[in-house]
Amino acid sequence: MKQLSSNSETTTPAVDVVREQMLEAIKGSLGDALIDSHIKPGDDLWIRVRTDSWRTSVQKLRDVHSFDYFGFLSAIDWMPSPYGRGEDDPTEPAPERDMTIRSGYAGGDTRMQVFIRIVNSTTHFGLTVKVDVADSSPSVESLITIFAGANWHERETHEMFGIDFVGHNDLRNMYLPVDFEGHPLRKDFPLLARMVKPWPGIVDVEPLPGGDEPELAAQDSNGGDA
Amino acid sequence: MTMLGDRQQLSYIASQAADARLNLELETEGMTLNIGPQHPATHGTLRIIARLDGEQVVWAEPACGYMHRGYEKLTEVRTFPQVTTLVNRIDWLGSFANEVPFILAAEKLMGVEAPTRAQYIRTILFELSRIANVSLFLGDLGVQLGAITPVFLAFRDREYVLNLIESATGGRFHPNFDRIGGLKDDLPAGWIDETRAVMKKLRNFCDQIEDLLFGNEIFQSRTRGIGVIPRDVALQYGLSGANLRASGVDWDLRRDQTLPMMWNKADWKVWTHPDGDSFARCWIRLQETRESTKIVDQLLGSIPSGPVMAKVPKIIKVPEGEAWVSTENPLGEMGYYVVSRGDLGPFRVKIRSASFNNISITPWLLRGVYVPDIVTILASLYFILGDIDR
Repeated sequence: MKQLSSNSETTTPAVDVVREQMLEAIKGSLGDALIDSHIKPGDDLWIRVRTDSWRTSVQKLRDVHSFDYFGFLSAIDWMPSPYGRGEDDPTEPAPERDMTIRSGYAGGDTRMQVFIRIVNSTTHFGLTVKVDVADSSPSVESLITIFAGANWHERETHEMFGIDFVGHNDLRNMYLPVDFEGHPLRKDFPLLARMVKPWPGIVDVEPLPGGDEPELAAQDSNGGDA
Repeated sequence: MTMLGDRQQLSYIASQAADARLNLELETEGMTLNIGPQHPATHGTLRIIARLDGEQVVWAEPACGYMHRGYEKLTEVRTFPQVTTLVNRIDWLGSFANEVPFILAAEKLMGVEAPTRAQYIRTILFELSRIANVSLFLGDLGVQLGAITPVFLAFRDREYVLNLIESATGGRFHPNFDRIGGLKDDLPAGWIDETRAVMKKLRNFCDQIEDLLFGNEIFQSRTRGIGVIPRDVALQYGLSGANLRASGVDWDLRRDQTLPMMWNKADWKVWTHPDGDSFARCWIRLQETRESTKIVDQLLGSIPSGPVMAKVPKIIKVPEGEAWVSTENPLGEMGYYVVSRGDLGPFRVKIRSASFNNISITPWLLRGVYVPDIVTILASLYFILGDIDR
């Protein structure tokens, strides 16, 4: 099943010393702003910081630990979609779905989370920083004074998730029309293409056009352009 | 009469403001210049709104969204193998390279690794799509600066590479060849020798372009010192690929991270340039194309025999978890943040595309430049519209 080459076994120890050390250093400088963390040995490091210290935490990560490269900023809506995968049969009653909100690595207390990827441009060590956003009025501080590149990413996240970025005064839509209602990447936003026309995969065997002999003959006599 | 959107209203206000602004020294009036959405310099449909004072740009902003296809939403209703069809179309000039990081992320979550032969072929096809992509850039660059010949050379020689990709994968532009656990098929007979011959042609093409374009005095005077991006600004904006290396940052994801790919099996060089101007960005891309042909040549000689597909179940369910994988694509760092819930399809996929970051620097970069330099700078930043809007 698994085909692990010999070198990947040696580079994937059970305890990731580099990441553990980095996490300890980050704990030291962020203090109680750091809520939770997660290490996948040989792979990646996740941390979660408090919402009220989002900007200062990222500032510290950049200044103290020289995570000076801005990868991206985006958000996750952890609520399972009420529409499932858009494959429901509209003639059947709606199926029961487990709608409990479960967060990913480094935990979370809210439905939506904002996360960024920052990298140290010298050591190429990268980490993912997550922050909770309140359910009632989703908003976090803007990072544009720390990373100028966050500008467009925050605009995109605002448009797609409806999360407000305090301190960003130009949160215009990037992609959608101005009068567009809703936030498309929220899980409760239906994918309209699947709502208008049911997913063809729900039908087990679709009757083939011209499956009956007489119809086929009739089509042929029409020159097949019916 | 349609209603003015917010964006249009803003640009209207901007134009009024620019028009009202009077240059007292030269007694010129400001104006608003609209470039695009359809313009050869935009590789798709990007619209640039520039407020001018005489020949100088006071304020400029790209308006994107003309090609937004909502791929991040669509991935949530697709199964994992189906997503590659979508991501193929993000950067349509280097499609195979788009598939690789997504497949690697899925493999990482599943704990599966492709067989060595598949990893070699993946790396070769990855580099071929880089060559196809960047050789078009090198030709197109000439057109945008007023030289017609390079584009004919580029289209002629890129055709050889596309033919190779087609004969191996069946698709010229959208191969959809990468699978979780390996590749769809093995290489066809005679492909390796053919590829060697094409690589020779491509190196020849690079020499020709270097002679024709990079040694040209007009080209140099139009690109040297134009659109300079300092190192710290490049990092802040998250530029990647040649744009970052042209600002003196020695960082190539092919060399600087461990992935189950075969770049470290070849001997090649990461080029950087200290200047950070348009010339540096173009020059780096030319050198990279050369290096890519070298990588392909070396890997062709050492492809081991064996299967191209690991044993994976027929119906692929990816275990719960989160993974981030990015690779050095033709346009820069292309990455996927994949969240799985143990389902047939991903729970959330964040697509980090290179052009989105690369082009977000333009409002900063275009301030104060002259009108003809807008085209130079846009051309040298090199973006694909599908890669911005996704």
